[in-house]
Amino acid sequence: MMAAFLHNRSALVGVVIMLGFLILAALGPWLAPDPLAFVAKPHDPPSWDHWLGTTGQGQDVLAQTIAGTPVTLAVALGVGVSVTAIGALIGTAAAYFGGRTDLVLSLLTNVFLILPGLPLAVVIAVYMPAGPLTIAFVLIVTGWAWNARILRAQALSIRQRDFVMAAIVGGESHLRVIAFEILPNMGSLLVSCLISATIYALGAQVGLEFLGLGDISVVTWGTILYWASNDAALLTGSWWMFVPTGLCVASVGFALVMMNFAVDELTNPRLRAERAWRAALRREGVRFDGSTPVLRKR
Amino acid sequence: MTYVLRRLAFYLLAGWVAITLNFLLPRMMPGDPTSAMMARFEGQASPEAVQALRETFALTDAPLGEQYLSYLRNTARGDLGISIALYPAPVAQVIGSALLWTCFLAGTAVVVSFVLGTLLGIATAWRRDSWWGRTLPPALAFLGAFPYFWLAMLALWLFGFLLGWFPLRHGYGDAIEPGWNLPFVVSAIRHAVLPATTIVLATAGNWLLRMRNNMISVLGEDYISLAHAKGLPQARLVFHYAARNAVLPSVTGFGMALGFVVSGSLLTEIIFAYPGQGYLLVQAVRTQDFALMQGLFLAITFAVLAANWFVDILYMWLDPRTRSSRPS
Repeated sequence: MMAAFLHNRSALVGVVIMLGFLILAALGPWLAPDPLAFVAKPHDPPSWDHWLGTTGQGQDVLAQTIAGTPVTLAVALGVGVSVTAIGALIGTAAAYFGGRTDLVLSLLTNVFLILPGLPLAVVIAVYMPAGPLTIAFVLIVTGWAWNARILRAQALSIRQRDFVMAAIVGGESHLRVIAFEILPNMGSLLVSCLISATIYALGAQVGLEFLGLGDISVVTWGTILYWASNDAALLTGSWWMFVPTGLCVASVGFALVMMNFAVDELTNPRLRAERAWRAALRREGVRFDGSTPVLRKR
Repeated sequence: MTYVLRRLAFYLLAGWVAITLNFLLPRMMPGDPTSAMMARFEGQASPEAVQALRETFALTDAPLGEQYLSYLRNTARGDLGISIALYPAPVAQVIGSALLWTCFLAGTAVVVSFVLGTLLGIATAWRRDSWWGRTLPPALAFLGAFPYFWLAMLALWLFGFLLGWFPLRHGYGDAIEPGWNLPFVVSAIRHAVLPATTIVLATAGNWLLRMRNNMISVLGEDYISLAHAKGLPQARLVFHYAARNAVLPSVTGFGMALGFVVSGSLLTEIIFAYPGQGYLLVQAVRTQDFALMQGLFLAITFAVLAANWFVDILYMWLDPRTRSSRPS
């Protein structure tokens, strides 16, 4: 499975970009020991000394971007993992127990799904001490419902299979059936939920910190953008203050999207069958436009 | 009809949860940020206003149940307290005038993005072996990976500052009197083009991918192959046979995605200093105006719930199965 994943072109692109950022995050403290230091005059455009120019407070933008990587990625991944775990727990519990449990859990999921995330996150975050942990907590509270809904639907169909019935009749405990019979059979969906949740967490985290809800003395990609807007990056034409950070956020997001494409291509039987069909057509020298299996004689 | 009523009951429940969260959050949280705010506030406001704020933020000694009842009564009357950022304007009044702008901007952007993304999804699924069928989905996915507000910053800098094609900020020209007259409408549209375009660019990819996936699975059905084999015109096959069935999950997802898109468009409003809810939200955060923040949360939630109910009615028209009283 892992080998097939890495042979997929989309997956390879995603993994390489993601690894690059993880290495950057790991090396961050050595490459940029003091991102808040005053190094040159404010609003200095990119030059040989400062490749990405300086901020409105005379700090090095490149150093800040590197120094912001570990915290940003840690929050995004941490929230992604937590949100998927909570979603799996609530989704499978609702599907497995059914009846009144399902009714209550599904209702809770749907209510949280429909409440707009950002305003709710703001209302919770302002009453808590500012910092990456608060941001992570708020994102988990406002973001778990989507995964719970998707995973419940999948668990519901697995619940009906014979091997689950057999395990229940065989007297296995509820926890064991959920953890060892149902969850392992949702592997690819769990992976794709984890990836989507991480994308959500990255974007929402940067958004909240841009609003000024993060700890603005900690350097993260979100606070860099907050300071860029606070120090009038647009008015002074200092594009280098916000362009690199946005490209970093988008590159990480793109890498994750690519991995999700790959998971879908590898596990969706319809796409798999289509590849075989396409290869067969190519051997016969027939052009295939991709719509339906119906071919036109020329 | 029972379908629509059942959905309405659900939205009422969700609305009640939002109101209750609003009541509980300031009372549950550790520490006492509200008294710090009151201390700052007490110097500049009348004693009656201070007393009103005390009631809003649980700084009275009344039992919790009693506070909750009076909170519900006030909310039902539309009394959301007094804004500190824009003292002494009542929160409800401040939000009311901004809500229209947000509905205009986010509403237009969401609808354009959904229609555009869905049409592109149909096209890229039908011709998924052509060069554009293969490059368009990842290209839009890449655009969708940018935070909305960052795309907005870039667009504002490029097209506003450097090229000067679009106005830089606000919802309409400074010299124009708001009202239903031609100069105002033209000015409002000119000001909305750039922010709306960035929201559309950031969100269209999502609709494209969703529709493309649905289309591919519907196109694999036997009845589509049959229709194609017996020589139905392509347009009829694509739109009447495939797309009408494939669009149903997208429409359900539309309601769910609304909250998310509105959240993103709030940040876009901030970049463009657009006179909507997002602009108020940043004011509220910077001045620690709790009443305004909570009022915004309620107003946006109710707008999203109402839009969802509207989508449900639309869905009932699209999918005849929901019109029967079958429980879903």
